[in-house]
Parts: sequence; structure tokens; C-alpha cells
Amino acid sequence: MRIEDHPILTYPRRRLVTFTFDGQEMTGYEGEPIAAALHDAGVRVLRESPKLHRPRGFYCAIGNCSSCLMRVDGKPNVRVCVEELKEGMTVETQKGKGDLLAEL
Amino acid sequence: MLSYEIAVIGGGPAGLCAAISAAAAGASVALIEKDRHLGGQLVKQTHMFFGSKAQFASTRGIDIADILSRQCEELKNITVLLGATVLGYYDDQVLTIEQDNKVQRVKADCLVVATGASEKVLPFPNNDLPGIYGAGAVQTLMNVYGVKPADRVLMVGAGNIGLIVSYQLLQAHVKVAGIIEAAKHIGGYLVHASKIRRAGVPIMTGYTIKKAYGERKVEGAIVWQLDDRWQPIPGTELDIPVDAVCLAVGLTPMGELLWQAGCQMIYVPQLGGHVPFRKATLETTVPGIYVAGDVAGVEEASSAMVEGRLAGLAAARRLGYHNADWENKYQDALQQLMALRSGPVGEKICSGLKCVVV
Ligand SMILES: Cc1cc2nc3c(=O)[nH]c(=O)nc-3n(C[C@H](O)[C@H](O)[C@H](O)COP(=O)(O)OP(=O)(O)OC[C@H]3O[C@@H](n4cnc5c(N)ncnc54)[C@H](O)[C@@H]3O)c2cc1C
Repeated sequence: MRIEDHPILTYPRRRLVTFTFDGQEMTGYEGEPIAAALHDAGVRVLRESPKLHRPRGFYCAIGNCSSCLMRVDGKPNVRVCVEELKEGMTVETQKGKGDLLAEL
Repeated sequence: MLSYEIAVIGGGPAGLCAAISAAAAGASVALIEKDRHLGGQLVKQTHMFFGSKAQFASTRGIDIADILSRQCEELKNITVLLGATVLGYYDDQVLTIEQDNKVQRVKADCLVVATGASEKVLPFPNNDLPGIYGAGAVQTLMNVYGVKPADRVLMVGAGNIGLIVSYQLLQAHVKVAGIIEAAKHIGGYLVHASKIRRAGVPIMTGYTIKKAYGERKVEGAIVWQLDDRWQPIPGTELDIPVDAVCLAVGLTPMGELLWQAGCQMIYVPQLGGHVPFRKATLETTVPGIYVAGDVAGVEEASSAMVEGRLAGLAAARRLGYHNADWENKYQDALQQLMALRSGPVGEKICSGLKCVVV
């Protein structure tokens, strides 16, 4: 959900863009972090832990902690809390550690 | 390779002030920030600052970020690199930087490291469930991006960030079920605490979190009371249904680049973790490398700004920029720091600084 009536803040928002999350179409504002758009859409689980397959969400939201790694446009280990949303992105839940070489 | 006299790493309050004071003294400065905008944590701080006029008292953090960013833009000898993460430091004073998926190198005669701090976590069962967030993370989500973080939150920690973020959650129409604090007393400013209590949010001191529960995300938390020896008391458990738990249990300095550069470091709990030894000028044990702000010891934004100013001045002087005004500005910064640290809150910081100032 978006905050619309804040007593102090107004939010400069760019245009709405479409992207997919695990194949499902969603919208968000261009340039905001992917994690913000997902959170607005109610998505809380962003990846699975590599060993015990536990669900994980974001933790720090400023690109420090690596809790929010996802696959974006086929590339694994993207920190979606700081990666800007663009039109047509393919965002997927990351399972396991993600293998860069496998993508080449 | 790009070359500057001074490279400032981190564009938060400390880095901004370092860049401004060094450039005003005459040095050519690169201000390198991994975010796409300047301001560091200020961009999410909607509360008004304390301190004195020199530290923008009664101005909101978000507005201070704008003021400092503008001052930076006006100084022609500051080059701002945004979306640029410093990855490494090499002995010949070369930094490697990633910007737009490209790695480039920057050479600088002096460095000011102002990389800030990161939020700590707390060990308890299910602390990795989605919905367990850093309090600062929730602050970022709602204040910078305008996304409602949750419907009902349990805040863990009644220090300043716990109190401030609780109040900001209320402003964003999020329910705060309560604030729990392991210590027997509230750590943050009482002005903030009473504001929150007046809004009907209970602050429970002497309580900690036993565990979080939920299937694929947080559905609630069990909290319990601590005795005088900080041991949990069985039978005092309370079940608090929430969809998010915010941890406001402190910050720890992000000193990776200092370690890499070989600065001598020491663990000082009062300053939040491992911090570098430094002179009064904020120069570390590696000549020409200065520190300022949270990375030098977790404190708050007002002192981060003054430390930045101090480090910027000292670095400029090292390079020979030393006019009549310099000494005045330097003494003024030292005095401001002393004033900021004079209250009871400053005692902890001062006892920590005794261990690191050489
Ligand atoms: C999430 C969060 C919320 C906070 N909220 C409050 C609050 O509400 N009230 C309060 O009083 N204090 C708050 N604080 C405390 C805050 O740390 C200080 O108030 C102040 O911002 C410290 O200033 P600084 O310049 O040292 O660090 P920061 O403001 O953290 O700035 C450091 C900057 O360095 C950048 N950086 C880090 N590493 C690199 C790198 N390798 N390359 C390039 N750039 C890099 C970061 O992106 C950041 O912009 C918060 C801290 C955090 C972490």
C-alpha cells in the first residue's frame, strides 16, 4: 500500500511501469527500488535461503545486508532494495546461491 | 584514471560537510556516493534537529540534506559522483569504483572515509522471517519511497531510532503495538518518548523478544520480561500479534575500507563496534586517511556534520590549504563537538573516544 496523506512528506513519483514477479504482471513507479514496488504489491518473500530454504525478505533497505537478493532479468544476486525499477523487468524469487556463470 | 586532491567516500551529513569545508579551503574534491542522491540517512529523517544553529537546530533532516547538497553544487571544485560505490583501496592511494556497471579508478592525495553505519540484528528464533526489519529500513521505505511498511508493528528498542521511527510510523497511519526495551530505562530522548506515550503506544522497559512466529512471514511475536541480571523470567510471556517487528538495537560502523587500508582498528562498545584510532584532527594511523561520522563511532547526525567539517579542514591543511580563517573554523568545530557531547548522552561517547584518540 502507498502512503498518500502524510503530514510532512510528499512523494515525487515518476510514471507507472509494468514488470513481472515470478511471471505475474505488476506495476510500480519507475526508478523506485524494486523492493518498494514489490512491498506495495504485498510481496514479502523475496528469496529462499540456500541451505534450509527458509523464506527471506529485505532487512536493511539500503543495500548493506544482502537479505533481499533476487534474480532480475536473469541475473542473480541483485539487491532489489537499491536496484531501480524499469519498464518490463523480469523479477524472480531467488532460490539457492545464484550462479553467474550459468547465465553466460 | 581520475585524480583529485581529496576523495570523500560517502555523501551523508559527515561526507557532505567534509567535502564542503575542504573545497571552501581551496582543495579539489571528489564526493563519492553509492546512492543516486546525496544526504545519506538524512533523507529519511523527518524530525527536527536539536543542537545549536550551527548544526541546523529546528530544521528537519530532509531539509538539511537539501541545504548541504546545494552548498556542494555551488562549489565548483567539488565533483560529485553518484551511484558510485567504492569497492577497494590500494596502497598507491588508488580507489576502485563501480559506477553504472563499470569499474574505474580514482587517485587522491587524501581520503575522508564517511561511509556511515549499518543496523544491527538481534538473535532470536525466526529472526530471519520476512517482516523482521531494521527500524531504519522501515523508515526508508515509508519516508523515502512512500510505501506503507506494515499494518501493525512491534518496535524492539527504545533508543532514539526506535522512538523516532515509532512516531513516524504513527504519522504514516501504521499501528504501533508497543515498544519493548531490554534495559530498565528508556535510552532515547524523553521528549520523543512522551510524545509516543501520549499517542497511546506502551513503552515496556525490562522486556525482550523471545521469538517471532509466522508461516511464511511474521504473524506475531512473543515477548518476555527480564530480571535484574537480564535473565528472562518464564511465565511472563506475552503474545503480540503484528505483521512486522522492527529492530532498533543499534548501529555498527561500516569500516571495511579502513580495514583494507590498514588503519589500526579497535573494538569499542560505546562507539558501536570496530573503529579506527585517530588523532584530534580525525586522521587515522594511515597518514592522509581521515574519518568522520558514524564510521568513526556511532553517534548522531549533528556530530557527524561537525566531524565532517573538521576532517575536511584537516585534510585540506595537510595539502597546504591554510589561510587566516582556517584556525578559527577548526577551533569552532572542536568547540561545537565538545558542546554536543557535554550532556549525559555524550558521556558514553566521550568514554569511548578516550580509547581511540591518540
Ligand atoms: C537506516 C538508518 C536510519 C537512521 N535514522 C536516524 C534517525 O531517524 N535519527 C537519528 O538521529 N539518526 C538516525 N540514524 C543515525 C545516522 O547514522 C546519523 O544520524 C547520520 O546519518 C550519520 O551520518 P554519516 O554521514 O556518518 O552516515 P550516513 O548518513 O549513513 O552516510 C553514509 C553514506 O555513505 C555512503 N556509502 C557507504 N559506503 C559507501 C561506499 N563504499 N562507496 C560509496 N558510498 C558509500 C552511503 O550510501 C551513505 O549515503 C540512522 C541510521 C541509519 C543507518
